[in-house]
Amino acid sequence: MIKESKLKPDDAVVRDKVLAGDYYIKVVKQGQTFRILDLEGNQAADTLFYNADNPTERYSAVDTIREQGNVYLTAGTKLISNEGNDMLEIVADTCGRHDTLGGACATESNTVRYALHKKCMHACRDSWMLAVAENEQYGLSKRDITHNINFFMNVPVTKEGGLTFEDGISDAGKYVELKASMDTIVLISNCPQLNNPCNGYNPTPIEVLIWDK
Amino acid sequence: MSKEILYEDGIPGGSHWSMLMRKGTELRLVDKQGGANVGMLFYNPSNYLERYNAPDTLKCQHTFKLTRGHCLYSDMGRIFCSIVEDTLGWHDTVGGNTTKQSVKMKWGERNYQDYRNEWYLNGYDSFLVELAKYGMNERDMAANLNLFSKVAVDDEGNMFFDKTNSKEGAAITLRFEMDTQVMLHTCPHPMNPATEYPKLPVVYQISEAECLTENDYCQNLCAENQRGFKNTELYNIGCGC
Repeated sequence: MIKESKLKPDDAVVRDKVLAGDYYIKVVKQGQTFRILDLEGNQAADTLFYNADNPTERYSAVDTIREQGNVYLTAGTKLISNEGNDMLEIVADTCGRHDTLGGACATESNTVRYALHKKCMHACRDSWMLAVAENEQYGLSKRDITHNINFFMNVPVTKEGGLTFEDGISDAGKYVELKASMDTIVLISNCPQLNNPCNGYNPTPIEVLIWDK
Repeated sequence: MSKEILYEDGIPGGSHWSMLMRKGTELRLVDKQGGANVGMLFYNPSNYLERYNAPDTLKCQHTFKLTRGHCLYSDMGRIFCSIVEDTLGWHDTVGGNTTKQSVKMKWGERNYQDYRNEWYLNGYDSFLVELAKYGMNERDMAANLNLFSKVAVDDEGNMFFDKTNSKEGAAITLRFEMDTQVMLHTCPHPMNPATEYPKLPVVYQISEAECLTENDYCQNLCAENQRGFKNTELYNIGCGC
């Protein structure tokens, strides 16, 4: 569902550019709204969320889709934790559909998906591994790297039980905006994937904007 | 093609268990009465950080459902096991688990004090108990399989539970391609619309798998599986066929 935001970028308290293939980690406070902006189009933002007070509680893809009864995420979707609590709500979305089934790329799964000799190409999970290593204050480790959201990614499921990876439906300037229901650690990998149409084979930067309530 | 069964046992409905399956063995699960659900998770016993990864399993094989020919992948690009037999055609891996709260809301509460073995367990706590036996906790709980259960999706992405999916005697066989710690429960699927808590048993049978042949169905289902098997072969070098 397309829903535009009334928030103005000039009023944002944070504006951070995340370069292609980099990670981003930040705590968004309860009541704050944050936006992920696809600057150049067709860029996947692989994102995980944790309760900042107790990171054992985290975004749960399966609980989120089951509770809303639909596999796609868009405006109105409540992101549910593994403990059944509302973490965030998607309050604006100019893209219309986001994936949470396809997971993130990893060097190891790249060997399976593309070719064994592509094993050393940069991948989302490597960005997350570096993120948890460089940010020990959050107490995260590989155990906590679970099933993420792929903002701006289009992974349609068919009635027959197929799963397809389509060209992104995002474009330059499209965005998704979320309001936090609890203090939340946001961990993004701005996807470096070069082998998949999810980035149009050309990873580009995103911008993160945060507004106070 | 009946194999010698090395071990056979039953698991009551609404229960949980865990066991180590060795490379080169098969685990056959049979729905005894129809309508069963088996929640399942896999871990590498040498490194529990390597675990079943539902998204990789789905995207590597471009599938939403799981059936014969599909391989169940770890997050390290390896194959824990392959589905070598399936009489159903659809198993779920996106429905997740029941919790204490959802069981109470759907089917009411049955505590141990009043009901003993007829109490109502939930999938989430069942996995917690099995994980804790190996030093793990909820941080280690990945999206699980729900064998025998079918969750389909329409054109708009709406999810439906098919309560007619599994009949009495329905069976699935998993062939283990590497040593695998298996965690399982027989608690109901969280989308099961039954009015009474479905407490449905399964039988499990363990046998020895035949050595892989060049024309193996699972390995050759897609180029991705050929590479997945290659990765698993590297991991198993020196372990025989």
